[in-house]
Amino acid sequence: MMLVALALLIWIAMWVLNVRLATGENANTRTIGLLVPAIFGLTILVVWELLVRGLAVPLVILPAPSHVLSTFLSELPTLWLDLQQTFLKGALSGYIIGCGAAFLTAILVDRYDFLKRGLLPVGNFVAALPIVGTAPILVMWFGFDWQSKAAVVVVMVFFPMLVNTVAGLQETTAMQRDLMRTYGAGYWPSLTKLRLPAAMPFIFNGLKISTTLALIGAIVAEFFGSPTMGMGFRISTSVGQLALDMVWAEIVVAALAGSAFYGVVALVEKSVTFWHPSQRK
Amino acid sequence: MHKVVPVLTVVAAMFALWYAAVPFMNVKETLTGLERAGAVVTPDNPIERRDASSFGLVFRNSFAIPATYAQDRPRLPAPHQVAQDLWETTALKKVSSKRSLVYHGWITLSATLLGFAIGTAAGILLAVGIVHNRAMDMSVMPWAIASQTIPILAIAPMIIVVLNSIGVQGLIPKAIISAYLSFFPVVVGMVKGLRAPDAMQLDLLKTYNASQNQGFWKLRLPASMPYLFASLKIGVAAALVGAIVAELPAGGARGLGGRMLTGSYYGQMVQIWSALVFAAVLAAALVLLIGFAQKLTLKRMDLS
Repeated sequence: MMLVALALLIWIAMWVLNVRLATGENANTRTIGLLVPAIFGLTILVVWELLVRGLAVPLVILPAPSHVLSTFLSELPTLWLDLQQTFLKGALSGYIIGCGAAFLTAILVDRYDFLKRGLLPVGNFVAALPIVGTAPILVMWFGFDWQSKAAVVVVMVFFPMLVNTVAGLQETTAMQRDLMRTYGAGYWPSLTKLRLPAAMPFIFNGLKISTTLALIGAIVAEFFGSPTMGMGFRISTSVGQLALDMVWAEIVVAALAGSAFYGVVALVEKSVTFWHPSQRK
Repeated sequence: MHKVVPVLTVVAAMFALWYAAVPFMNVKETLTGLERAGAVVTPDNPIERRDASSFGLVFRNSFAIPATYAQDRPRLPAPHQVAQDLWETTALKKVSSKRSLVYHGWITLSATLLGFAIGTAAGILLAVGIVHNRAMDMSVMPWAIASQTIPILAIAPMIIVVLNSIGVQGLIPKAIISAYLSFFPVVVGMVKGLRAPDAMQLDLLKTYNASQNQGFWKLRLPASMPYLFASLKIGVAAALVGAIVAELPAGGARGLGGRMLTGSYYGQMVQIWSALVFAAVLAAALVLLIGFAQKLTLKRMDLS
């Protein structure tokens, strides 16, 4: 009971601290902006740890963060193998193929107004569908290894990327296009010098949405069959063995990989679209 | 009208591609079956056939093309096979039958709707808290945004099993996963929406001596509606995906996810396809329904 009371106490203390920081004088500085969520996250971890210990929650329901951390550290080789299988082989290759194909299709679609009017509503419709459901089909076609995972990822990222790129290519104003024409620029120069750069914020929006979709697709596809490694495989088998510490360690890996993937794309975006109002300081 | 013709053309092209792909995908199994039935196929050696390309096989055995459209267990079912299976499992079966897609669809839909309602309500509440409480905003908001980059769907099997071990089964665990998935889009969208009124509008209310409560009900909440509906559309699609994925480890082969899983165990492609089409129709209907509510609401508010 002591630990539970302590958890409650820490929660209240940290909350008071955060309220102070958030309403204090320096609330708008960058340090405080980072400090407040960090304190909040840390508090949750500490409270979780204390509650699990204090209430003696069994491992098969919720492992303590320290337990997850020790599993994470001791199982690093396995986790790295799973990450390679699911992220580098499955998700990343599918992401590159899918986004690349969608980009090229978008440029083609953009040239023909008829295609644009036809494909865009269809693309918007498909983007809202539960495409993960194609996973069992694609696993059956491409086998259990990473190729089928990449295929699921391709199907998942294609339409969001397509819709965003086509929308981006329409971003230029009539005035800008006219200016290009007065320079005597044909289709290709005005595409590479004006319309693609103008489309970049949209393209990166599509790329960022796709990072999460890619990981989800690769992990869920493994629930339908995989070689004896991979994040989805490990999660479903560890759940079956009630080894929840391993499941949580795998979730930590997924979270790290997901935010790192997103972060890298966001960084590239920052350097490519430095001119855009949302990126200027 | 300006859109109908192009859209129909694109859809027709997709179906044409689908029909064209069927012989190539199914040719090997079809030839094996035909050979057993006594037909002469080239090459007549099964091992040679296994290593041959599908293209060559189709052209050298063009008599087999009709048969590829009528396989019992095709690798790629033809659209009419899927349509026929859909018709048989929705219209011809009793709704209470375990072979009826309506029965399975309802299991998934009820979990989706319950989860979506919980997720939306919690999301709106949290958004209101975030907008009104600066400490909450600074603590929670970065995590809410960061959580969108994480494949949350991965925890679905764990939630199912853990809740199962403490005795919660059936609808609730699936609804929790759906709620979890629809929660974050709603929070992020709703916070954006509640912050949509600009300083001028807020100042105007201040000059009217409006209280914070009145400001909320009369300005912030109405202003947030376009944002809310946009994120509801994302949320309901995510909730459906959550419910389907949650059915994979739930066992019992119930729901659309269960149909897909049993289909993949027993190699019943037609069953997977019809579950997929049914799920797609369900998703489209849910999104359209919200779009309809959006149109009605925004029209009454003169926002559209």
